[in-house]
Amino acid sequence: MTEALRVEGLHKRFGELEVLRGVDLAVDEHEVVCLIGASGSGKSTLLRCVNLLEQADAGTIWVHGQDVTATGVNQNAVRESVGIVFQSFNLFPHMTVLRNVTLAPTRVLKQPRAAAEDRGHALLRRLGLDDKADEYPDRLSGGQQQRVAIARALAMDPDIMLLDEITSALDPELVAEVLDTLRELAAQGMTMILATHEMGFARDVANRVYFLDEGRILEEGTPEQIFSSPKQERTQQFLERIIAAGRM
Amino acid sequence: MGDDLTSGGPPMGSRRSRITGQPGRREGTRGVTIAVVSTAVVFVAIVFAVTNSPYWPEVKDFFFNREIFLDSLPQVLAKFRRNILYFCIAEVFVLGLALLLAVMRSLRGPVFTPIRGMAIIYTDVFRGIPTILVVYLLAFGIPTLQIPGLPNSPTFWAIVGLILSYSAYVSEVYRAGIESVHPSQVSAARSLGLSRGQSLRHVVIPQAIRRVVPPLMNDFVALQKDTAIIAFVVAVPEAFKQGQILKAASFNMTPLVVVSLVFLIITIPMTRLTDYLVERERRRRQSGSAV
Repeated sequence: MTEALRVEGLHKRFGELEVLRGVDLAVDEHEVVCLIGASGSGKSTLLRCVNLLEQADAGTIWVHGQDVTATGVNQNAVRESVGIVFQSFNLFPHMTVLRNVTLAPTRVLKQPRAAAEDRGHALLRRLGLDDKADEYPDRLSGGQQQRVAIARALAMDPDIMLLDEITSALDPELVAEVLDTLRELAAQGMTMILATHEMGFARDVANRVYFLDEGRILEEGTPEQIFSSPKQERTQQFLERIIAAGRM
Repeated sequence: MGDDLTSGGPPMGSRRSRITGQPGRREGTRGVTIAVVSTAVVFVAIVFAVTNSPYWPEVKDFFFNREIFLDSLPQVLAKFRRNILYFCIAEVFVLGLALLLAVMRSLRGPVFTPIRGMAIIYTDVFRGIPTILVVYLLAFGIPTLQIPGLPNSPTFWAIVGLILSYSAYVSEVYRAGIESVHPSQVSAARSLGLSRGQSLRHVVIPQAIRRVVPPLMNDFVALQKDTAIIAFVVAVPEAFKQGQILKAASFNMTPLVVVSLVFLIITIPMTRLTDYLVERERRRRQSGSAV
């Protein structure tokens, strides 16, 4: 197996607050990896660093063997191959659904508009959204908006998808449609790293699970290991709280 | 939704409700009646008091002379076309230059410090000097020097003065709009591989402009009025100047009242339109605040 992503010794601080305190992580191609942990444990920051939306203070990130934290790296080019979907969708409200999906392919990849739109329609059809192509985002439900955001990221043909708690802002009955989309992506072999609170989903779909605690990776293993026999006390406590909250 | 509330009232109910300050809200027939009656009483009292004051005939003849009014209206209107022309020319350049300034000022990073600094100095200087002074300096100053290659028309430089001054104001409006676009929009754009400039152009600025249309309209109204400044410094026959000429000929203020009315014909609808747009934006934000 080839390695899609490797992170070593990643540190990130916001002012006084040290959010990441030396994170190591490796993800193979076609692997689905879930990051779990309490709010504030650094999951989102880790994903944003990988996408270079945040600049790491120390440490190295390799995407397909290329050191993307080196100086002089074309950050835009890196982002083309690493897609990210956010908790709050962040669709462009002034553009139609289709334009949201085709903006980057036409402007960044310089695809002809017609070709990009054909592909956009195909993507939306795959996600069951083609009838919404000409709507504006605010006319869509949260689940539909999030699937558009996934389509928008997929339109750039990324090698790796980062998914940052993408179901956390959704009403419970809308979560399933988004998770189904992710299952399908996983089945097609997309390399995915998810920060998530959906433990059931992590158990079903993930190849490996990382437990983050206070900016460090405390435990790593298969879903079976992490969920059934966690070694660390903090992991056990976290999972007990999750179970008590009825999330698993 | 409001049908059951207004159907009992007089047909003008919805129009009257603006006077009560509560558009489309309940208040009922009784509220409308109170508004109409109290307004009428106040107006009648004011008109009565004014027209019965000792100097009213003199005031009326000096400011509101019927013949002079009818005589000067077409002449002033004819010259007002110039004000509209100057306004249109200035507005186009103001919108462009102001956007450029706002973008210069919103650039981040140490490399852009000089550009950002220039934009800040520009806005500070031109917002701080009275518009009429900027126009005066340019319209009287530059043509006097007879610099080869530069236009010598005072009118040209007067319009340049207006553009420089208003660009400073309008750039602040744009900047407020740019800063109101949530950073997550930029994150989303950058995460798709768009460059800083592309994010600004395709994602931030279109949203920013949509949000600042109402305040931009306010500056439109102000610029429309300030085209009269040109008359103050340059002997160009626009509406205000024409009013002054007619006033001098008749020793009567009525022509200048006519000029005022002509300005109002343009500015009041623009103000109402601005109010409407502000209200619409407010409603849109309230209904679309889910995300």
